Amino acid sequence: MKLITAYIRPEKLRDVKKALFKAEVQKMSVTNALGCGQQGGYTTTYRGVISEINLLKKIRIDIGVNDDFVKKTVNAIIEGAKTNNIGDGKIFVTDLLECIRIRTGETDSEAIG
Amino acid sequence: MIFRKRFISVMLLLFVVVLPIVLFAAENPEPTIAGNAEAIKTTKLAIDTVWVLLAGVLVMFMQAGFAMVEAGFNQAKNAGNILMKNLVDFCVGSIAFWIVGFGLMFGAGNGFVGLSGFFLKATSDATFASLSWSPVGLQLKYFFQLVFCATAATIVSGAMAGRTKYSSYIIYSLVISAVIYPVIGHWIWGGGWLGNLGMLDFAGSTVVHSTGAWLGLTGAIVLGPRIGKYTNGKSNAIPGHNILLAGLGVFILWFGWFGFNPGSTMEAIPSISHIAVTTNIAAAAGALSAMFTAWKLFGKADVSMSLNGVLAGLVAITAPCAFVGIGSALLIGLVAGVLVVFAVIFIDRVLKIDDPVGAVAVHGVCGTWGTLSIGLFATEGGLFFGGGAKLLGIQALGVVSVFAWCMVTGFALFYAIKAFNGLRVSREEELRGLDIEEHGMESYDGFQIFTLQ
Repeated sequence: MKLITAYIRPEKLRDVKKALFKAEVQKMSVTNALGCGQQGGYTTTYRGVISEINLLKKIRIDIGVNDDFVKKTVNAIIEGAKTNNIGDGKIFVTDLLECIRIRTGETDSEAIG
Repeated sequence: MIFRKRFISVMLLLFVVVLPIVLFAAENPEPTIAGNAEAIKTTKLAIDTVWVLLAGVLVMFMQAGFAMVEAGFNQAKNAGNILMKNLVDFCVGSIAFWIVGFGLMFGAGNGFVGLSGFFLKATSDATFASLSWSPVGLQLKYFFQLVFCATAATIVSGAMAGRTKYSSYIIYSLVISAVIYPVIGHWIWGGGWLGNLGMLDFAGSTVVHSTGAWLGLTGAIVLGPRIGKYTNGKSNAIPGHNILLAGLGVFILWFGWFGFNPGSTMEAIPSISHIAVTTNIAAAAGALSAMFTAWKLFGKADVSMSLNGVLAGLVAITAPCAFVGIGSALLIGLVAGVLVVFAVIFIDRVLKIDDPVGAVAVHGVCGTWGTLSIGLFATEGGLFFGGGAKLLGIQALGVVSVFAWCMVTGFALFYAIKAFNGLRVSREEELRGLDIEEHGMESYDGFQIFTLQ
Protein backbone atom coordinates (compact mmCIF):
# COMPACT_ATOMS: atom_id res chain seq x y z
CA MET A 1 0.00 0.00 0.00
CA LYS A 2 1.13 3.51 -0.78
CA LEU A 3 0.02 6.95 0.31
CA ILE A 4 -0.04 9.38 -2.58
CA THR A 5 0.12 13.03 -1.58
CA ALA A 6 -0.16 15.64 -4.28
CA TYR A 7 0.04 19.44 -4.14
CA ILE A 8 -1.67 21.03 -7.11
CA ARG A 9 -2.93 24.37 -8.38
CA PRO A 10 -6.33 25.13 -6.80
CA GLU A 11 -7.90 25.90 -10.16
CA LYS A 12 -6.88 22.44 -11.44
CA LEU A 13 -8.81 20.53 -8.78
CA ARG A 14 -11.76 20.06 -11.12
CA ASP A 15 -9.57 18.58 -13.80
CA VAL A 16 -7.71 16.31 -11.38
CA LYS A 17 -10.95 15.02 -9.89
CA LYS A 18 -12.24 14.33 -13.36
CA ALA A 19 -9.06 12.46 -14.37
CA LEU A 20 -9.09 10.43 -11.14
CA PHE A 21 -12.72 9.56 -11.66
CA LYS A 22 -11.89 8.35 -15.17
CA ALA A 23 -9.09 6.20 -13.72
CA GLU A 24 -11.62 4.73 -11.25
CA VAL A 25 -9.94 6.32 -8.25
CA GLN A 26 -12.88 7.69 -6.35
CA LYS A 27 -11.57 8.05 -2.80
CA MET A 28 -9.57 11.04 -1.71
CA SER A 29 -9.10 13.68 0.96
CA VAL A 30 -8.73 17.29 -0.11
CA THR A 31 -7.37 20.10 2.03
CA ASN A 32 -6.28 23.68 1.50
CA ALA A 33 -2.56 24.21 1.73
CA LEU A 34 -0.08 27.06 1.50
CA GLY A 35 3.37 26.56 0.12
CA CYS A 36 6.24 27.78 -1.97
CA GLY A 37 8.59 26.21 -4.44
CA GLN A 38 10.18 27.13 -7.72
CA GLN A 39 7.24 29.27 -8.74
CA GLY A 40 8.14 31.96 -6.23
CA GLY A 41 5.26 34.13 -5.18
CA TYR A 42 2.89 36.62 -6.71
CA THR A 43 2.24 40.24 -5.95
CA THR A 44 -0.97 41.85 -4.83
CA THR A 45 -1.65 45.53 -4.65
CA TYR A 46 -3.76 46.98 -1.89
CA ARG A 47 -4.42 50.72 -2.00
CA GLY A 48 -1.32 51.20 -4.12
CA VAL A 49 0.96 49.26 -1.84
CA ILE A 50 2.49 46.23 -3.48
CA SER A 51 3.00 43.17 -1.36
CA GLU A 52 4.81 40.02 -2.30
CA ILE A 53 2.87 36.94 -1.40
CA ASN A 54 5.44 34.22 -0.80
CA LEU A 55 3.23 31.32 0.22
CA LEU A 56 0.94 30.34 -2.58
CA LYS A 57 -2.44 28.70 -2.26
CA LYS A 58 -2.32 25.07 -3.22
CA ILE A 59 -4.65 22.14 -2.81
CA ARG A 60 -3.40 19.00 -1.13
CA ILE A 61 -4.85 15.67 -2.15
CA ASP A 62 -4.22 12.49 -0.15
CA ILE A 63 -5.08 9.11 -1.58
CA GLY A 64 -4.27 5.72 -0.05
CA VAL A 65 -4.01 3.01 -2.73
CA ASN A 66 -3.02 -0.61 -3.25
CA ASP A 67 0.27 -1.05 -5.07
CA ASP A 68 -1.30 -1.88 -8.43
CA PHE A 69 -3.16 1.44 -8.40
CA VAL A 70 -0.13 3.66 -7.79
CA LYS A 71 0.78 4.26 -11.41
CA LYS A 72 -2.81 4.83 -12.52
CA THR A 73 -3.39 7.34 -9.76
CA VAL A 74 -0.15 9.24 -10.34
CA ASN A 75 -0.80 9.41 -14.07
CA ALA A 76 -4.31 10.67 -13.51
CA ILE A 77 -3.10 13.44 -11.20
CA ILE A 78 -0.46 14.47 -13.74
CA GLU A 79 -3.03 14.45 -16.52
CA GLY A 80 -5.35 16.71 -14.58
CA ALA A 81 -2.85 19.06 -12.97
CA LYS A 82 -0.30 19.67 -15.69
CA THR A 83 -0.17 23.06 -17.40
CA ASN A 84 3.54 22.87 -18.35
CA ASN A 85 4.22 25.98 -16.30
CA ILE A 86 6.30 26.30 -13.16
CA GLY A 87 4.01 25.87 -10.18
CA ASP A 88 2.06 22.82 -11.30
CA GLY A 89 2.97 21.11 -8.01
CA LYS A 90 4.45 17.85 -6.81
CA ILE A 91 3.41 14.30 -6.05
CA PHE A 92 4.88 12.32 -3.16
CA VAL A 93 4.50 8.57 -2.87
CA THR A 94 5.21 7.03 0.52
CA ASP A 95 4.87 3.56 2.01
CA LEU A 96 1.73 3.00 4.00
CA LEU A 97 2.03 0.70 6.98
CA GLU A 98 -1.54 0.04 7.92
CA CYS A 99 -5.11 0.97 7.03
CA ILE A 100 -8.22 0.27 9.07
CA ARG A 101 -11.83 0.99 8.12
CA ILE A 102 -13.47 2.35 11.25
CA ARG A 103 -16.98 1.03 10.61
CA THR A 104 -16.13 -2.63 9.95
CA GLY A 105 -12.65 -3.07 11.39
CA GLU A 106 -11.41 -4.38 8.01
CA THR A 107 -7.72 -3.82 7.48
CA ASP A 108 -5.23 -3.07 4.72
CA SER A 109 -6.10 -3.80 1.11
CA GLU A 110 -9.75 -4.56 1.84
CA ALA A 111 -10.11 -1.39 3.85
CA ILE A 112 -8.33 0.82 1.39
CA GLY A 113 -10.20 -0.10 -1.80
CA MET B 1 -23.89 88.73 44.57
CA ILE B 2 -25.44 85.65 43.07
CA PHE B 3 -28.78 87.40 42.76
CA ARG B 4 -27.15 90.25 40.87
CA LYS B 5 -25.44 87.91 38.45
CA ARG B 6 -28.71 86.15 37.78
CA PHE B 7 -30.52 89.41 37.26
CA ILE B 8 -27.99 90.55 34.67
CA SER B 9 -28.27 87.18 32.85
CA VAL B 10 -32.05 87.37 32.69
CA MET B 11 -32.00 90.95 31.45
CA LEU B 12 -29.43 90.04 28.82
CA LEU B 13 -31.57 87.12 27.64
CA LEU B 14 -34.66 89.26 27.44
CA PHE B 15 -32.75 91.83 25.46
CA VAL B 16 -31.49 89.30 22.94
CA VAL B 17 -34.82 87.54 22.51
CA VAL B 18 -37.30 90.35 22.78
CA LEU B 19 -35.53 93.11 20.91
CA PRO B 20 -35.55 91.42 17.47
CA ILE B 21 -39.22 90.52 17.88
CA VAL B 22 -40.10 94.13 18.62
CA LEU B 23 -37.92 95.47 15.85
CA PHE B 24 -38.89 93.11 13.06
CA ALA B 25 -42.54 92.54 13.89
CA ALA B 26 -43.34 95.92 12.52
CA GLU B 27 -41.95 94.96 9.13
CA ASN B 28 -44.23 91.91 8.74
CA PRO B 29 -46.87 92.92 6.20
CA GLU B 30 -50.53 92.21 6.71
CA PRO B 31 -51.39 88.78 5.20
CA THR B 32 -53.02 89.10 1.79
CA ILE B 33 -54.57 86.45 -0.44
CA ALA B 34 -51.89 86.89 -3.09
CA GLY B 35 -49.13 86.81 -0.48
CA ASN B 36 -50.49 83.64 1.08
CA ALA B 37 -50.84 81.96 -2.31
CA GLU B 38 -47.20 82.76 -2.99
CA ALA B 39 -46.15 81.40 0.40
CA ILE B 40 -48.16 78.20 -0.14
CA LYS B 41 -46.55 77.74 -3.56
CA THR B 42 -43.06 78.21 -2.12
CA THR B 43 -43.77 75.78 0.69
CA LYS B 44 -45.23 73.18 -1.67
CA LEU B 45 -42.21 73.41 -3.95
CA ALA B 46 -39.94 72.97 -0.93
CA ILE B 47 -41.86 69.87 0.18
CA ASP B 48 -41.90 68.48 -3.37
CA THR B 49 -38.17 69.04 -3.67
CA VAL B 50 -37.39 67.38 -0.38
CA TRP B 51 -39.60 64.40 -1.23
CA VAL B 52 -38.16 63.80 -4.69
CA LEU B 53 -34.58 64.22 -3.45
CA LEU B 54 -35.26 61.82 -0.58
CA ALA B 55 -36.78 59.30 -3.00
CA GLY B 56 -33.82 59.78 -5.32
CA VAL B 57 -31.22 58.99 -2.66
CA LEU B 58 -33.27 55.95 -1.63
CA VAL B 59 -33.05 54.69 -5.19
CA MET B 60 -29.35 55.56 -5.31
CA PHE B 61 -28.86 53.36 -2.25
CA MET B 62 -30.30 50.47 -4.25
CA GLN B 63 -26.88 50.35 -5.94
CA ALA B 64 -25.59 49.01 -2.62
CA GLY B 65 -28.44 46.50 -2.58
CA PHE B 66 -27.63 45.22 -6.05
CA ALA B 67 -23.93 45.00 -5.18
CA MET B 68 -24.65 42.92 -2.08
CA VAL B 69 -27.19 40.63 -3.78
CA GLU B 70 -24.89 39.94 -6.70
CA ALA B 71 -21.76 39.49 -4.57
CA GLY B 72 -23.60 37.19 -2.17
CA PHE B 73 -25.04 35.02 -4.96
CA ASN B 74 -21.62 34.64 -6.59
CA GLN B 75 -18.34 33.06 -5.55
CA ALA B 76 -15.94 34.57 -3.03
CA LYS B 77 -13.18 34.80 -5.62
CA ASN B 78 -15.25 37.30 -7.67
CA ALA B 79 -16.76 39.43 -4.90
CA GLY B 80 -14.51 42.46 -5.34
CA ASN B 81 -15.01 42.40 -9.09
CA ILE B 82 -18.78 42.52 -8.66
CA LEU B 83 -18.51 45.44 -6.29
CA MET B 84 -16.30 47.28 -8.80
CA LYS B 85 -18.84 46.73 -11.58
CA ASN B 86 -21.64 48.18 -9.49
CA LEU B 87 -19.42 51.10 -8.57
CA VAL B 88 -18.22 51.88 -12.06
CA ASP B 89 -21.60 51.67 -13.79
CA PHE B 90 -23.00 54.30 -11.45
CA CYS B 91 -19.99 56.57 -11.97
CA VAL B 92 -19.91 56.21 -15.74
CA GLY B 93 -23.70 56.53 -15.90
CA SER B 94 -23.77 59.72 -13.79
CA ILE B 95 -21.56 61.50 -16.30
CA ALA B 96 -22.92 59.94 -19.50
CA PHE B 97 -26.53 60.60 -18.50
CA TRP B 98 -25.69 64.26 -17.87
CA ILE B 99 -23.89 64.69 -21.19
CA VAL B 100 -26.25 62.87 -23.56
CA GLY B 101 -28.59 60.40 -21.84
CA PHE B 102 -31.00 62.85 -20.25
CA GLY B 103 -31.31 64.83 -23.48
CA LEU B 104 -31.96 61.72 -25.58
CA MET B 105 -34.56 60.56 -23.07
CA PHE B 106 -36.52 63.71 -22.19
CA GLY B 107 -35.37 66.38 -24.62
CA ALA B 108 -37.69 67.52 -27.38
CA GLY B 109 -37.18 65.45 -30.50
CA ASN B 110 -39.22 62.98 -32.50
CA GLY B 111 -41.22 59.92 -31.46
CA PHE B 112 -38.10 57.76 -31.45
CA VAL B 113 -35.53 59.81 -29.60
CA GLY B 114 -34.99 63.19 -27.94
CA LEU B 115 -32.59 65.50 -29.76
CA SER B 116 -32.08 68.46 -27.46
CA GLY B 117 -31.23 69.37 -23.89
CA PHE B 118 -27.78 67.84 -23.73
CA PHE B 119 -25.71 68.89 -20.68
CA LEU B 120 -29.08 69.84 -19.11
CA LYS B 121 -29.17 72.93 -21.32
CA ALA B 122 -32.77 73.92 -21.98
CA THR B 123 -32.97 76.19 -25.03
CA SER B 124 -36.66 76.95 -24.47
CA ASP B 125 -39.54 75.95 -22.23
CA ALA B 126 -40.40 73.26 -24.74
CA THR B 127 -37.06 71.44 -24.37
CA PHE B 128 -38.12 69.38 -21.37
CA ALA B 129 -41.89 69.60 -21.89
CA SER B 130 -42.11 65.83 -21.38
CA LEU B 131 -41.28 66.35 -17.68
CA SER B 132 -43.26 69.55 -17.17
CA TRP B 133 -45.86 67.62 -15.15
CA SER B 134 -43.43 67.51 -12.23
CA PRO B 135 -43.04 70.75 -10.28
CA VAL B 136 -39.44 70.18 -9.11
CA GLY B 137 -36.37 71.81 -10.66
CA LEU B 138 -34.57 70.51 -13.72
CA GLN B 139 -31.44 69.36 -11.89
CA LEU B 140 -33.50 67.30 -9.47
CA LYS B 141 -35.37 65.76 -12.39
CA TYR B 142 -32.00 64.80 -13.86
CA PHE B 143 -30.83 63.30 -10.57
CA PHE B 144 -34.02 61.31 -10.04
CA GLN B 145 -33.96 59.94 -13.60
CA LEU B 146 -30.22 59.22 -13.35
CA VAL B 147 -30.63 56.79 -10.45
CA PHE B 148 -33.20 54.89 -12.53
CA CYS B 149 -30.81 54.75 -15.46
CA ALA B 150 -28.09 53.42 -13.14
CA THR B 151 -30.48 50.75 -11.86
CA ALA B 152 -31.10 49.47 -15.40
CA ALA B 153 -27.35 49.44 -16.08
CA THR B 154 -26.44 47.61 -12.90
CA ILE B 155 -28.96 44.78 -13.41
CA VAL B 156 -26.86 43.56 -16.33
CA SER B 157 -23.77 42.94 -14.20
CA GLY B 158 -25.60 40.20 -12.28
CA ALA B 159 -26.42 38.16 -15.38
CA MET B 160 -22.84 38.48 -16.65
CA ALA B 161 -21.06 37.88 -13.33
CA GLY B 162 -17.99 35.72 -12.87
CA ARG B 163 -16.55 35.75 -16.39
CA THR B 164 -16.74 39.21 -17.96
CA LYS B 165 -13.63 41.23 -18.72
CA TYR B 166 -13.67 44.35 -16.56
CA SER B 167 -12.60 46.81 -19.26
CA SER B 168 -15.38 45.52 -21.51
CA TYR B 169 -17.90 46.06 -18.75
CA ILE B 170 -16.95 49.75 -18.53
CA ILE B 171 -17.53 50.18 -22.28
CA TYR B 172 -20.88 48.42 -22.02
CA SER B 173 -21.95 50.65 -19.06
CA LEU B 174 -21.19 53.76 -21.03
CA VAL B 175 -23.25 52.69 -24.05
CA ILE B 176 -26.31 51.58 -22.09
CA SER B 177 -26.52 54.71 -19.93
CA ALA B 178 -25.74 57.08 -22.78
CA VAL B 179 -27.87 55.57 -25.56
CA ILE B 180 -29.72 52.25 -25.20
CA TYR B 181 -31.65 53.03 -22.01
CA PRO B 182 -32.48 56.67 -22.85
CA VAL B 183 -34.05 55.66 -26.19
CA ILE B 184 -36.44 53.25 -24.46
CA GLY B 185 -37.10 55.86 -21.81
CA HIS B 186 -37.98 58.35 -24.51
CA TRP B 187 -40.47 55.97 -26.13
CA ILE B 188 -42.44 55.50 -22.91
CA TRP B 189 -41.67 58.45 -20.62
CA GLY B 190 -40.11 61.13 -22.80
CA GLY B 191 -42.99 61.88 -25.15
CA GLY B 192 -42.19 59.10 -27.60
CA TRP B 193 -44.44 56.83 -29.64
CA LEU B 194 -45.33 54.23 -26.98
CA GLY B 195 -46.26 56.86 -24.41
CA ASN B 196 -48.38 58.63 -27.03
CA LEU B 197 -50.20 55.37 -27.78
CA GLY B 198 -51.16 55.26 -24.10
CA MET B 199 -48.72 52.72 -22.72
CA LEU B 200 -48.49 52.93 -18.94
CA ASP B 201 -45.36 52.13 -16.94
CA PHE B 202 -45.49 54.07 -13.71
CA ALA B 203 -42.00 53.51 -12.28
CA GLY B 204 -40.37 51.33 -14.88
CA SER B 205 -41.12 47.58 -14.85
CA THR B 206 -40.34 47.72 -18.56
CA VAL B 207 -38.30 50.91 -18.93
CA VAL B 208 -35.86 50.06 -16.16
CA HIS B 209 -36.12 46.40 -15.19
CA SER B 210 -36.93 44.59 -18.43
CA THR B 211 -34.39 46.73 -20.25
CA GLY B 212 -31.63 45.74 -17.83
CA ALA B 213 -32.67 42.09 -17.90
CA TRP B 214 -32.95 41.71 -21.69
CA LEU B 215 -29.56 43.35 -22.16
CA GLY B 216 -28.17 41.03 -19.49
CA LEU B 217 -29.71 38.12 -21.38
CA THR B 218 -27.91 39.06 -24.59
CA GLY B 219 -24.68 39.51 -22.63
CA ALA B 220 -25.01 36.11 -20.95
CA ILE B 221 -25.70 34.44 -24.31
CA VAL B 222 -22.70 36.06 -26.01
CA LEU B 223 -20.46 35.20 -23.04
CA GLY B 224 -21.57 31.59 -22.63
CA PRO B 225 -21.85 29.83 -19.28
CA ARG B 226 -19.21 29.85 -16.53
CA ILE B 227 -16.78 26.95 -16.58
CA GLY B 228 -18.36 23.96 -14.86
CA LYS B 229 -21.91 25.30 -15.04
CA TYR B 230 -22.99 22.70 -17.59
CA THR B 231 -21.40 19.28 -17.92
CA ASN B 232 -22.74 16.88 -20.54
CA GLY B 233 -25.80 19.06 -20.91
CA LYS B 234 -26.60 18.86 -17.20
CA SER B 235 -26.90 22.00 -15.12
CA ASN B 236 -24.69 22.17 -12.02
CA ALA B 237 -25.19 24.44 -9.04
CA ILE B 238 -22.46 27.02 -8.38
CA PRO B 239 -23.64 28.17 -4.96
CA GLY B 240 -23.39 31.76 -3.82
CA HIS B 241 -20.73 32.35 -1.18
CA ASN B 242 -22.62 34.54 1.27
CA ILE B 243 -26.36 34.25 1.67
CA LEU B 244 -26.32 36.87 4.44
CA LEU B 245 -24.98 39.52 2.08
CA ALA B 246 -27.62 38.49 -0.45
CA GLY B 247 -30.29 38.86 2.24
CA LEU B 248 -28.97 42.26 3.29
CA GLY B 249 -28.97 43.32 -0.35
CA VAL B 250 -32.59 42.28 -0.79
CA PHE B 251 -33.66 44.26 2.28
CA ILE B 252 -31.74 47.30 1.01
CA LEU B 253 -33.51 46.96 -2.34
CA TRP B 254 -36.90 46.60 -0.68
CA PHE B 255 -36.11 49.74 1.38
CA GLY B 256 -34.95 51.61 -1.71
CA TRP B 257 -38.08 50.62 -3.61
CA PHE B 258 -40.08 52.94 -1.37
CA GLY B 259 -38.23 55.69 -3.20
CA PHE B 260 -38.43 53.97 -6.57
CA ASN B 261 -42.23 53.61 -6.74
CA PRO B 262 -43.74 56.29 -4.49
CA GLY B 263 -41.03 58.73 -5.60
CA SER B 264 -42.03 58.34 -9.23
CA THR B 265 -44.90 60.71 -8.55
CA MET B 266 -42.06 63.29 -8.62
CA GLU B 267 -44.30 65.41 -6.42
CA ALA B 268 -45.35 65.16 -2.77
CA ILE B 269 -48.98 64.16 -3.21
CA PRO B 270 -51.22 61.97 -1.02
CA SER B 271 -51.16 59.03 -3.48
CA ILE B 272 -47.59 58.20 -2.38
CA SER B 273 -49.10 56.37 0.58
CA HIS B 274 -51.25 54.19 -1.69
CA ILE B 275 -48.20 53.43 -3.86
CA ALA B 276 -46.09 52.54 -0.83
CA VAL B 277 -48.78 50.09 0.31
CA THR B 278 -49.24 48.37 -3.08
CA THR B 279 -45.44 48.13 -3.38
CA ASN B 280 -45.07 46.51 0.02
CA ILE B 281 -48.00 44.11 -0.39
CA ALA B 282 -46.68 42.86 -3.74
CA ALA B 283 -43.19 42.31 -2.30
CA ALA B 284 -44.57 40.34 0.63
CA ALA B 285 -46.84 38.28 -1.62
CA GLY B 286 -43.99 37.60 -4.05
CA ALA B 287 -41.72 36.33 -1.29
CA LEU B 288 -44.38 34.05 0.14
CA SER B 289 -45.49 32.56 -3.15
CA ALA B 290 -41.90 32.02 -4.32
CA MET B 291 -41.12 30.36 -1.00
CA PHE B 292 -44.12 28.02 -1.13
CA THR B 293 -43.52 27.22 -4.81
CA ALA B 294 -39.89 26.33 -4.11
CA TRP B 295 -40.92 24.39 -1.00
CA LYS B 296 -43.34 22.33 -3.07
CA LEU B 297 -40.87 21.78 -5.92
CA PHE B 298 -37.61 21.21 -4.02
CA GLY B 299 -38.92 19.97 -0.68
CA LYS B 300 -37.33 22.80 1.31
CA ALA B 301 -38.13 26.45 1.95
CA ASP B 302 -35.33 27.68 -0.31
CA VAL B 303 -33.60 30.83 0.96
CA SER B 304 -32.32 32.26 -2.30
CA MET B 305 -35.60 31.64 -4.12
CA SER B 306 -37.52 33.40 -1.33
CA LEU B 307 -35.15 36.35 -1.64
CA ASN B 308 -35.66 36.36 -5.41
CA GLY B 309 -39.41 36.27 -4.70
CA VAL B 310 -39.25 39.61 -2.85
CA LEU B 311 -37.56 41.18 -5.86
CA ALA B 312 -40.00 39.49 -8.24
CA GLY B 313 -42.97 41.06 -6.43
CA LEU B 314 -41.28 44.45 -6.34
CA VAL B 315 -40.34 44.40 -10.03
CA ALA B 316 -43.85 43.33 -11.01
CA ILE B 317 -45.61 46.06 -9.00
CA THR B 318 -43.26 48.78 -10.27
CA ALA B 319 -45.34 49.50 -13.39
CA PRO B 320 -48.86 49.15 -11.95
CA CYS B 321 -48.27 50.47 -8.38
CA ALA B 322 -50.25 53.68 -8.94
CA PHE B 323 -52.99 52.25 -11.16
CA VAL B 324 -54.21 49.21 -9.20
CA GLY B 325 -55.91 48.51 -5.88
CA ILE B 326 -54.32 46.76 -2.93
CA GLY B 327 -56.08 43.45 -3.66
CA SER B 328 -54.81 43.52 -7.23
CA ALA B 329 -51.29 44.26 -5.94
CA LEU B 330 -51.52 41.12 -3.81
CA LEU B 331 -52.47 39.02 -6.85
CA ILE B 332 -49.75 40.61 -8.99
CA GLY B 333 -47.16 39.78 -6.32
CA LEU B 334 -48.41 36.22 -5.87
CA VAL B 335 -48.20 35.50 -9.60
CA ALA B 336 -44.72 37.09 -9.79
CA GLY B 337 -43.45 34.83 -7.00
CA VAL B 338 -44.55 31.70 -8.84
CA LEU B 339 -43.30 33.00 -12.17
CA VAL B 340 -39.82 33.75 -10.89
CA VAL B 341 -39.23 30.20 -9.64
CA PHE B 342 -40.33 28.58 -12.89
CA ALA B 343 -38.49 31.20 -14.95
CA VAL B 344 -35.22 30.52 -13.09
CA ILE B 345 -35.61 26.79 -13.71
CA PHE B 346 -36.60 27.29 -17.35
CA ILE B 347 -33.69 29.63 -18.16
CA ASP B 348 -31.22 27.41 -16.29
CA ARG B 349 -32.28 23.94 -17.42
CA VAL B 350 -34.13 24.39 -20.71
CA LEU B 351 -32.53 27.43 -22.35
CA LYS B 352 -29.21 26.61 -20.64
CA ILE B 353 -28.27 30.25 -20.21
CA ASP B 354 -26.03 30.90 -17.21
CA ASP B 355 -27.51 33.80 -15.24
CA PRO B 356 -25.82 33.54 -11.82
CA VAL B 357 -28.26 35.74 -9.90
CA GLY B 358 -31.49 35.11 -11.79
CA ALA B 359 -31.57 38.67 -13.15
CA VAL B 360 -33.44 37.68 -16.31
CA ALA B 361 -36.10 35.78 -14.37
CA VAL B 362 -36.56 38.52 -11.76
CA HIS B 363 -36.30 41.67 -13.85
CA GLY B 364 -37.19 40.42 -17.33
CA VAL B 365 -39.98 37.93 -16.76
CA CYS B 366 -41.56 39.66 -13.77
CA GLY B 367 -41.05 43.08 -15.37
CA THR B 368 -43.00 41.84 -18.36
CA TRP B 369 -45.70 40.39 -16.12
CA GLY B 370 -45.96 43.66 -14.19
CA THR B 371 -46.30 45.71 -17.34
CA LEU B 372 -49.00 43.41 -18.75
CA SER B 373 -50.80 43.31 -15.41
CA ILE B 374 -51.77 46.96 -15.85
CA GLY B 375 -53.89 45.88 -18.81
CA LEU B 376 -55.66 43.39 -16.54
CA PHE B 377 -55.92 45.11 -13.17
CA ALA B 378 -55.89 48.86 -13.82
CA THR B 379 -58.93 50.38 -12.14
CA GLU B 380 -59.28 52.58 -15.22
CA GLY B 381 -59.01 50.64 -18.48
CA GLY B 382 -58.06 47.22 -17.11
CA LEU B 383 -59.63 44.11 -18.63
CA PHE B 384 -60.91 42.81 -15.26
CA PHE B 385 -62.36 46.21 -14.43
CA GLY B 386 -64.48 46.52 -17.54
CA GLY B 387 -61.97 48.46 -19.59
CA GLY B 388 -61.72 45.97 -22.45
CA ALA B 389 -58.55 44.59 -24.01
CA LYS B 390 -57.25 47.77 -25.64
CA LEU B 391 -54.89 48.75 -22.82
CA LEU B 392 -53.63 45.18 -22.53
CA GLY B 393 -52.83 45.22 -26.25
CA ILE B 394 -50.89 48.48 -25.96
CA GLN B 395 -48.96 47.15 -22.97
CA ALA B 396 -48.09 43.98 -24.91
CA LEU B 397 -46.91 46.04 -27.87
CA GLY B 398 -44.66 48.01 -25.53
CA VAL B 399 -43.20 44.85 -23.99
CA VAL B 400 -42.45 43.32 -27.39
CA SER B 401 -40.96 46.55 -28.80
CA VAL B 402 -38.62 47.00 -25.84
CA PHE B 403 -37.59 43.34 -26.05
CA ALA B 404 -36.81 43.70 -29.76
CA TRP B 405 -34.81 46.92 -29.25
CA CYS B 406 -32.78 45.32 -26.45
CA MET B 407 -32.08 42.18 -28.48
CA VAL B 408 -30.88 44.16 -31.50
CA THR B 409 -28.78 46.70 -29.62
CA GLY B 410 -27.59 44.19 -27.00
CA PHE B 411 -26.30 41.61 -29.47
CA ALA B 412 -24.76 44.33 -31.64
CA LEU B 413 -23.03 45.88 -28.65
CA PHE B 414 -21.72 42.70 -27.07
CA TYR B 415 -20.53 41.17 -30.36
CA ALA B 416 -18.79 44.45 -31.18
CA ILE B 417 -17.06 44.50 -27.78
CA LYS B 418 -16.16 40.85 -28.24
CA ALA B 419 -14.56 41.61 -31.61
CA PHE B 420 -12.61 44.69 -30.55
CA ASN B 421 -11.75 44.19 -26.90
CA GLY B 422 -12.73 40.64 -25.97
CA LEU B 423 -15.74 40.12 -23.71
CA ARG B 424 -14.64 37.17 -21.62
CA VAL B 425 -11.60 36.53 -19.43
CA SER B 426 -9.29 33.57 -20.07
CA ARG B 427 -10.02 30.12 -18.66
CA GLU B 428 -7.16 30.40 -16.15
CA GLU B 429 -8.31 33.82 -15.01
CA GLU B 430 -11.88 32.66 -14.56
CA LEU B 431 -10.80 29.66 -12.51
CA ARG B 432 -8.45 31.66 -10.33
CA GLY B 433 -11.00 34.36 -9.79
CA LEU B 434 -11.53 37.83 -11.18
CA ASP B 435 -10.49 39.54 -7.93
CA ILE B 436 -6.84 38.58 -8.24
CA GLU B 437 -6.59 38.67 -12.00
CA GLU B 438 -8.52 41.87 -12.73
CA HIS B 439 -7.93 43.84 -9.56
CA GLY B 440 -4.75 42.41 -8.07
CA MET B 441 -6.22 41.60 -4.66
CA GLU B 442 -8.58 39.33 -2.81
CA SER B 443 -11.84 40.29 -1.14
CA TYR B 444 -11.34 37.89 1.76
CA ASP B 445 -7.68 38.24 2.61
CA GLY B 446 -6.76 35.98 5.49
CA PHE B 447 -9.74 33.66 5.01
CA GLN B 448 -9.46 30.08 3.88
CA ILE B 449 -11.46 29.76 0.73
CA PHE B 450 -11.88 26.48 -1.07
CA THR B 451 -11.95 26.93 -4.81
CA LEU B 452 -13.97 23.94 -5.86
CA GLN B 453 -15.37 25.23 -9.11
